[in-house]
Parts: sequence; structure tokens; C-alpha cells
Amino acid sequence: MESWMGYSGFLLEMIRAAGVEIGDEIVVERPDGSSFRGLLMFKGELSAENIVVIKLGNGYNVGVAVDPSCRIRRVAPGRKPAFVRPPPPPPREGLPRVKIIGTGGTIASRVDYRTGAVRPAISSEDLVSLVPELSEIATVDAEVLLSVYSEDLTVREWGMIAEAVWRVLEKREFSGVILTHGTDTMHYTSAALSFALQRPPVPVILVGSQRSSDRPSSDAALNLIGATWAAARAPFAEVVVAMHAGHSDDAIAFHRGTRVVKMHTSSRSAFKSVNASPLAVLRGQDLTVLDEYNPRGGDGFSYEPGFSDRAALVKFYPGMSPEILEYLAERGMRGVVIEGTGLGHVARSWIPVVKALVDSGFFVGMASQCRFGRVNMRVYNTGRDLLRAGVVELGDLLPEVALVKLMWVLYRAQSLPDVSKMMITPVARELGARMLPEGVEPA
Amino acid sequence: MSIYEELGLKVGLEVHRQLDTRRKLFCGCSASPSEGSGPRLRITRYLRETQSELGEVDQAARFESRRMRRIVYEFSPASSCLVELDEEPPHPLNEEAVRIALTVALMLKARPVDEVHVMRKIVIDGSNTSGFQRTCMVALGGELSVDGLRVPIQTITLEEDAARIVRSDADEVVYDLSRLGIPLIEVSTAPVLNSPSEVTRTAEAIGRALRATRGVKRGLGSVRQDLNISIKGSGLMEVKGVQELELIPRVVEYEVRRLRHLLILIEELRSRGVRPEAVESQPIVDLTGVFEGSSSRVIRRKIGEGGVVLGLRLPGFAGLLKGEGDVRLGRELSEYAKAWGGVEGIFHSDELPGYGIGEEEVRAVRETLGAGERDAFVLVAGREQKAREALEAVRSRAAQAVYQIPDETRAALADGTTCYMRPRPGSARMYPETDIPPFPVSRELIEEIERSLPPPLESVAASLMKRFGLSSQLAWEVIDSEMLEEFEEIVRLGVSPSVVASILTEGLKQLRREGAPVENLTPAHIRGYFALVSRGATAKESALPVLAELAKNPSLTAEEAVERLGLKAPPLEEVVAFIEELVGAVPQDERRSAAGRLMGELMKRYRGRVDGALLNKLLMERLGAQRP
Repeated sequence: MESWMGYSGFLLEMIRAAGVEIGDEIVVERPDGSSFRGLLMFKGELSAENIVVIKLGNGYNVGVAVDPSCRIRRVAPGRKPAFVRPPPPPPREGLPRVKIIGTGGTIASRVDYRTGAVRPAISSEDLVSLVPELSEIATVDAEVLLSVYSEDLTVREWGMIAEAVWRVLEKREFSGVILTHGTDTMHYTSAALSFALQRPPVPVILVGSQRSSDRPSSDAALNLIGATWAAARAPFAEVVVAMHAGHSDDAIAFHRGTRVVKMHTSSRSAFKSVNASPLAVLRGQDLTVLDEYNPRGGDGFSYEPGFSDRAALVKFYPGMSPEILEYLAERGMRGVVIEGTGLGHVARSWIPVVKALVDSGFFVGMASQCRFGRVNMRVYNTGRDLLRAGVVELGDLLPEVALVKLMWVLYRAQSLPDVSKMMITPVARELGARMLPEGVEPA
Repeated sequence: MSIYEELGLKVGLEVHRQLDTRRKLFCGCSASPSEGSGPRLRITRYLRETQSELGEVDQAARFESRRMRRIVYEFSPASSCLVELDEEPPHPLNEEAVRIALTVALMLKARPVDEVHVMRKIVIDGSNTSGFQRTCMVALGGELSVDGLRVPIQTITLEEDAARIVRSDADEVVYDLSRLGIPLIEVSTAPVLNSPSEVTRTAEAIGRALRATRGVKRGLGSVRQDLNISIKGSGLMEVKGVQELELIPRVVEYEVRRLRHLLILIEELRSRGVRPEAVESQPIVDLTGVFEGSSSRVIRRKIGEGGVVLGLRLPGFAGLLKGEGDVRLGRELSEYAKAWGGVEGIFHSDELPGYGIGEEEVRAVRETLGAGERDAFVLVAGREQKAREALEAVRSRAAQAVYQIPDETRAALADGTTCYMRPRPGSARMYPETDIPPFPVSRELIEEIERSLPPPLESVAASLMKRFGLSSQLAWEVIDSEMLEEFEEIVRLGVSPSVVASILTEGLKQLRREGAPVENLTPAHIRGYFALVSRGATAKESALPVLAELAKNPSLTAEEAVERLGLKAPPLEEVVAFIEELVGAVPQDERRSAAGRLMGELMKRYRGRVDGALLNKLLMERLGAQRP
């Protein structure tokens, strides 16, 4: 059915017949003599079909039920809803230059009054206008590369993003690169960039926000300020994710791109380093570095683009049939990372299927669904039998990172032994040797 | 024609009241949080201005945003979750609250909307973690009859209560989150009220209509009135936060005095030929040099802290800042300076020399500013940036004083005066809350609520009179005491209705007069006390001392208070034994005539602990039992 600004059916016909545009002042007259006057507004998807949404003089929107016996009259033309960018602050001399590349997501989005949802819309320039503090830290140069929800990203976009960053790094004109990104899959992209942009000369910082930037309480401002500060001045040159460290607007954590996961659906401190500490934490102007890092200005930079989409991630659950692996292989997949239970297990019924697939050259790697800790498949019989069947133990690799790495490896290695070897060889600090206790009271 | 009619006084009233729902408006937290229970946590936030869907920035929002104060929220997980912390999207609109709001709407003959759309009303002073208050229009129109006067109702809205401010200074403001999210209903009248007493009576009538739903919270802090006040020739004053009915006429009278004075000033400034442009073009001048070694303690301290003294000439304003009584242009300017610059206050020429500032310094200031005898001046001491912002606000307000009284949002103070808070927000501060689906108000829902509308309070009063034999006055006092529910419950325990009614009304009033913090009493205290009375564990005569003790020590239970005061009834056997002893000591033939004296002795011993009627009955039984 035809729909315009959320309106359809007889109501849309009435609106058209009255010659009304969104934002016009209208009167809705009902046969019982009652009438409502206000501006015609966009209508959300969840509003009922016979409802006209009008904005009253006091700013409130209300839904008014209309049937064909009502009359809609245009009283005066209105202004269309629009976003006006505040004037950007004047640039300052002598500050580091920082590149901001927009890829979409909540941080670069505002409410879409057409659908009532949050949509990627505002540009990186808008962000600079909205967060004028950025211009006190660095001279910011912003461009929009993509404008997509992060759940819609694929290996193709990872490649585009990596290439865009590489071009910026090649110019050697910027002290750091910032990518604004949707948070849902930011940790996948950060892993992908970590493999594609190894030992970069300057920081490559992914930043997002959990509350859209058009909200007064958005975390976007502080996240951007923290990211810009680090892009301009941090000593580390790594691919990192910059997000709130806690519930307060007072600290930004920088997580290594291969060690970070989104751990909460909505909290501003959703991103956590897992099996590692954050690389650094910034409070005000005070940066605390917590781990070794690749320093700025090193000459070991290597650009290694390319990802294969023929890998999959499978989460095992009790009672799950191994057919899923056969299906994936039939659909052309070349390998799979299994999120196994505990130290790295699946049901014993999987063992013959795994063996047959590995024998045919299909990669099967094992990570754990425990979230924290390392897999070890030599403790129990099942693990030992899986290893004998050809499963590769993936150490303390996070399952998501293991998948991204497999996609990257499959693009560059053909034989199963090469794939297996590359999977367990550290590339971007994604594998660790030591696991430390957490939450222990100080002595 | 009354003076108020002559002045063209027009007041619109907004009555806000918390709803007594189980849950908050947009999350699963209890809507009756107890502040201070559970561990205390704190987080820090900042808020920024944003644009409405029409691309405008609200001036009230811009006002708060440019201050960029640190906002600290204190909370307990017992009463606040991630929704209050603005870390989780709101849950759908609480249906229980919508039903109560619709009940109010139907009782006031208002017209419900067909679909309720929740809006975000930008409020970035920190009182809402999100930077906006969620609010929705539930019904339009309606009317109320107030002593024969028909008062039109404009709107009935449902919104979330804001966080409670704990303390604030120029850099930081601290809020407690427990109140945030409690459903509030707002009933707004048209600006048709023409006198302070009309406003009070209307507030009272709306209060009664709300209470009739039995769905609103009671007690201090559950109700708040905002007043929209104007007189002919003035802007609109939105006075916020009048908590007590008694304050309403005083606030209205103060505003009328204030606005009249400002109107007179416009005439005076015009007749002096002062032009707004002449005020606007005055420079802000650094006078720190003049005040080196000043004998003013405040100024010395400010300069000592690295601050400056800035001055502004107000051409043609001489003698107009000191005003009359409690209304002064000087106070207006000072409030603007405090609000916009976060400074402690101003000095102005009408009050100088004074405050340690001497003749010599005044002369030097006048000379530096080029201020002649017909001019006034204003000084601000403090950090340069803040002092400058303060004087810019003073300059712009002074320029307006020549030709208009601007629209303002003001706060009601406990002394019945008001002070400037911020410019009045426009409709630009409203935009849709897209995280919450619209709530359909179906015909079926309206019919269902219509069928179960609660009786109006008039019939409640009639029923109290009929069922419990209360006088009309006592019945209305019980209703206005807002303890109708407790009253009915206690009477069911078997305590005499007139005793309960008079303790809950006259008794509590007496305690309040005597200075007891009666607002601390909870329904649990009152129910607990009368339960003891009904069990004979104490006598009704102990009511006032026990309730006073509970008011002073609200953490006690009624039983503990009774014990602490030694008002616990002794075991019945002990009382009987004592009566028998008394009676036994009186010769047989004197016993009849001794009844009065013996009763006196019993009351002396058991007053406040054992019910007098019970003592009398036991005594008469013993006297009679020993009759030959």
C-alpha cells in the first residue's frame, strides 16, 4: 500500500485532497463538533492507521482519530522539520591534525521523524559543530565514507574502511585517524582493521556512542573528545576502540582492537577488554597506559587487506546436531570457528563429522563460549578426541576475533595446514600467553 | 472592580501531583522509593543542548547548556535502575498511570486524545539524566466548577517526576535519583483566574478532584503548583514549585507588586529619555585597580582568589535600583547575574557607599565608568569569565527594563517571594520520544474507565456522615487531611470514628502548631498506633504524645514509641488487682460515694495507658460485685 510520511489509505487521500504538507498548520474537524488544531507531523510506524499526528501550539504531539466523515483543513503553511548545523568553531593554529572518517551508527545519527527510529544522518562535520571542544584539541578534517547501521556491514565494507584509513596513513599528514562507527559490530571491525593495518604509524581509533548525538545526555561528545585527544596525542599507534570506561562521563577506555567485545545492550560502558586489560584509560588530560604498545612513528607499518566471507561462527548448545557443519561446508564455507562449552568441547556425536570435514580440507577451530579464559582440549577425553579429529585449539582468542582472523587468513592461505598455522600465530596481539585473575581484593 | 481586575491580572494554574502506581512511569522500579535505603552510589554526567525536530534550539536549554556544570547523581540500586541512569531505553508507558490520568480526564469532562504520544521536553539543568523530561498529553479541554465559577481546563498531561536537587554551586549540582520517573499528572487551567483567592480555591478544587480518584500520592512533596502570572503590559511569569496552598496568594501578591513596580520603572525611564540602545552599548570595564586594598571583605577575597572587579554604567538609572520594600530592580539584576554568571551577587550604586565600599572608591568607579549623577552602576567581583557573563546578563536585562518585562521562568521561595531561574522555554524544546510506541486510547478503554469512575468527593463526604455519624465539617476535614484511606481502615479495627477523625484532623493540626514535624508521620505509623489502641495495648489518650514522638523519631515503630514514653497498657490482671485493692481499702458502706474519688485515682495512675471507659467499667463492676 502506498505510504507517505507514515500516512496511507483513506487518510492519505484526505491529506492529499486538502493539499497539506508536513509542518503545515491544519484543523481536524470531526462530526461531533470537536476539532483539533496544530501542525501536521510525521508519523511513526507504530501509530495506528486512522490517526493523524499533530503538534499542538504548546509543542505536544497528539494522535487524533479520523474517519472519512471528518474534515482536514489547511490553515497556514508551515516550516519543514530540518536540522540546522551550528556554525563550526574557528580553527586554531598549530594543533595536531586529526582525520575523522564517518561510517555511520548511533554516534552519527539522529532521530528520523519519518520512521520514528534513530537513523544515520548527520555528517562528521556536524559532529565537530556539535562538539566544539574538538577544535581545541586538534584541527579536525572530517569526511563521510559510509552511512550504514553496523549490523549491515560485511567484509566488503571492512575492506573499504581499511583502504580509506590506509590512504590517510600513506599521506602522513595526520596525527591520528578516527572512525565513527555503530557500536553493535564495532569490535568485529576493530579486529578486522587490526589485521589489515598492522603496526600503523599513528593511532587508528574506532569510536561510537550508545545514545544518539542529538540527545543532551549522549555519550558521543565525551567519546569523541577522548578519541580526538588520543588521535592527536596518545603515545600508542594501534587500532583501538574508544568508549566510556564506566557509567560516568569522566573516563574513556582504549581497548585493543583484537581484545574488545560489546558486553551490554545499552549501557555507555558496554565495551570491555576480555582476557586482557584495556590498553589505556583517559581521565581529563591524564592518560594511564596499562599495557605494552606499538609506539607512534614506527616504520613497521604493513597494509594487509583482504577478507574472505567463506568462514562462519557456530555456537554449540546441548543437543545440537553436527549437521550444521555439513550444511556450511555444502554452502561453500571453507572453515568454521566453534564456540564450544567450557575448555572447548562439543557433543561426542560431532567428532566423526568434524573428522570427515577436516579430512576434506575444511578448517575447524575451537574457541570458548565462556567469554573469559583460554581453551584447553587436553584435560578431558572429548577435547583430546576432538584434537585427534583435527580441531585447532585457538588459545585465548575471542570467538568474534577468531572468526575475523579466519576470514583474513582464508583470503591469504590456501592449504589447511597453512590456515591452521596462521590461526595460532600472533599477528595483532590477538593471542596472549598469560591469563591473570580478576576482581581480587588487594592485600 | 477589584485592584487585580484593574491591573488585568491573569493567572493560569498547573497542579502537578504524583500518582500512586506500583511502578515508575517508564521502568520497573517501585514508584514509592524510600530515599536513603540501600547502598549509595554516584555517577558524574554532563548535558549539552540539542535541536528540536524543527531545527531550533530552545533558549532555556541554551541557557543551561552554556553553564556546562558537572552533574552528580546519587542513587541506590533499590530505587533506580539503568533506565533512570539513562543507560537503558525507557520501557513502554505504564498503563496503570495512563488509566489514572484518563480517570482524572473524564472526571474533569476533558476530551482524551486518541493516541498518546510521549514527547521529550528538553530540560538540561540535570534534573533528568536524559536531558529531557518525558511527558505526554492525555486529554484536552474540560472544566471545573469552583464555588460557582466555571474554570476551563486546558490540558491534562502525564509526565515523569524529576530528580531531587540535593545541593548546587557554580561548578557542580548534585541530584538524588529516587524520585526520577515517578508518574506525575499535570492539570492546567486556562489563564482566567483574576485574584489570589480564586487561584487558591481552584488549586484546592483540583486537588480534591485528583484525590477523588484515590490514585494519587499524598503528603508533602507529592503535590506542586506552578503559576503562570501576568498583568496588563507585562510578560508572562511561569512561577514554579509552589508546594503549599497557603503560599499561593502570597506568591501571586508578590508577583503583582513586582510587575507593577517594573511597569512604573518603564514609565520613569521613558520620561527620563533613557534609550535601550544606550544601555546595550555600555562597555564592561575592569575596575580591579580601583579596588586594590579595598576595605570590602568580599572584594578583597575575590581579588585574592585571582578574580577581578568589573563594572557597568547604567545611564539614567540613578535611584531606580533600590525600589520599594521587597521589589527592587537591583534584586532583578542581581538574580540575572547569579543565574547567568553563577556569581554570588552584585553591588549597585543605590546601595553604595556600603558593604565596606567607601566614598572614595565610589567616586573612582564613577570617574572610570564616566557615570554622572543621573547614572547608576553595577559591580561584580569574581572570576573574570563569570563576572563578565554576569554583567552581560545585567546589561541586557537593564536595557529591557526601559521598554518591557520579559517572559521568565521563576522559582517560588519559601517566604512567598520568587526569583529568576531562566528564560521561558518555547515549544522548540519538545520533540518526539521515539523509543516509546504511541499508546492507543480505544473507545473500549474509555467506556471501561467511565463505568468505574470513582464517586466525587461530595458523595464521599455524605457517605462518611451517614456511615460514621461525622458532622459535615469533620467529614470534609478527614477528606482534606488526605488520610481517608487510613481513617476507613482504622475504623474497621473497631476504634470510634469520631475519635479517629478528630485525632487525624484537629490532633495533627495541634501537633503541627506545637512545632512537631508532622510531615514525617507515615501511614504505617498511624495505622500501627491505632492497631495498638484497638488491642487495648495503649489508650487513645496517648495519641498526641505518641504521634509527636513518632514525628520526631520516624524510624521508631508505634509500639516502640509507646514503650519509650511509658504509655504501654499494663496487663489487665494488674489493673484489676489494683482496682480490687483500692475498693478493698474503702469500708463497705462508703463505697458508693467513693466511686468518683476512686476513678480519679485510677486515671491518675493509668492515664494515657488504659482506656478511661474500660477503667470505669471495671471499677463499677468491682463496686457492684461487692454490693451485698
